[in-house]
Amino acid sequence: MIRVVLPAHLKALAKVQGEVELDVAAPVTPGSVLDALEARYPVLRGTIRDHGTHRRRAFVRYYACERDLSHDPPDMPLPEPVAAGTEPFMIVGAMAGG
Amino acid sequence: MSGVRVLVGTRKGAFILTSDGRREDWEISGPHFGGWEIYHLTGSPADPSRLYASQSTGWFGQLIQRSDDGGRTWEAVGNRFEYDGVPGTHQWFDGTPHPWEFARVWHLEPSPADPDTVYAGVEDAALFRTKDGGQTWQELPGLRRHRSGPSWQPGAGGMCLHTIIFDPSDARRMFVAISAAGAFRTDDGGETWRPINRGLHTEGIPDPDAEVGHCVHRLAMHPSRPEVLFMQKHWDVMRTDDAGESWHEISEGLPSDFGFPIAVHAHEPDTVYVVPIKSDSEHYPPDGRLRVYRSRTGGGDWEPLTKGLPQHDCYVNVLRDAMAVDSLDSCGVYFGTTGGQVYVSADAGDTWAPIVRDLPAVLSVEVQTLP
Repeated sequence: MIRVVLPAHLKALAKVQGEVELDVAAPVTPGSVLDALEARYPVLRGTIRDHGTHRRRAFVRYYACERDLSHDPPDMPLPEPVAAGTEPFMIVGAMAGG
Repeated sequence: MSGVRVLVGTRKGAFILTSDGRREDWEISGPHFGGWEIYHLTGSPADPSRLYASQSTGWFGQLIQRSDDGGRTWEAVGNRFEYDGVPGTHQWFDGTPHPWEFARVWHLEPSPADPDTVYAGVEDAALFRTKDGGQTWQELPGLRRHRSGPSWQPGAGGMCLHTIIFDPSDARRMFVAISAAGAFRTDDGGETWRPINRGLHTEGIPDPDAEVGHCVHRLAMHPSRPEVLFMQKHWDVMRTDDAGESWHEISEGLPSDFGFPIAVHAHEPDTVYVVPIKSDSEHYPPDGRLRVYRSRTGGGDWEPLTKGLPQHDCYVNVLRDAMAVDSLDSCGVYFGTTGGQVYVSADAGDTWAPIVRDLPAVLSVEVQTLP
């Protein structure tokens, strides 16, 4: 089970509290996690990555295991603790704006 | 007894203000979508319970929310706004070509006849339409593909399509306005468009007859006289009597002819409202006095309306989509400020009172007149 942490605005939009848990087939990558997340919560489509290109939105970041994975290719496997469900995949709204 | 529902979009959420026809006691609901920018919140003329909201942030992009119960509950609908075909380029601030990029929906204009049909004006400037209540959106690409499109440039606030007006006497005619390209009209239901900017003069454009490049801030029409349009331009308040074929200035008598909103009285086609702002570099009222100006003669003979509005130390702005009128017998006029106040006048502007004083900066105000 993959654990995903959403920023507050997206938790409100998806009407969830706490972490989201998803079944994701191996290999577990940012792309496959987001595919599963958007399949479960279609309202999140377009809010984390572009609808068509799947390019990450500029002010969204992906963190896991104390690393910034935002610039990794979307098909690169996530760290083993994320795939094992011991660490969450964190989707973070960048600190910006007012 | 009839009543009103005022729909307010702000920098940090949406608010719904309701009152009976006296418009003295108000119930405030919100924030809806707290923390999100609500560029526009509006209702369907065909079904007043049907509301649409443009919800966005720089972080998470665009959402469209729909309510079928007058704003009590909401459902996120389609948020996929993709330009038709290869979008091409427009001009960037420095004169170089820049790809068309979707940023946000500035304005939603529901069809007068069908609650499921809504037009959306977006940045970078384009017109979209849904026919399924917001689930899917398609561009009407004839506007963006006008031969002048590659020369359009953004204004300081972005290259936004902010005004959409239907002609109630001709279902195939529609007007839109884009900052900073100008006003456009279609006579064939949105297939083809042409600029209607003859008579506009814009400082900084060397060609006095420039077809596009004018920073139109807002258009307004009275439904009984659809060939007459009023315009608040970056500078100058303008009027056309021939559906945009030519414009003439009606600013005479205003303390400043810079401003953003313009509105027409619900029952008097020649009664027009503007809110003069000091200048393009100082976006607040002249002399720190918040004054709405009213002309009862279709432009010119402007009178300041001050009763109930702050007349000293007031430095707020009123944005282009933040003024509206209701259609009760005694026409109500409403506007919201960047300081978070929403004002109402239940007597066509003679006297004003704040409905709320401390909302986030107001981006848009619409009003529904309810039976």
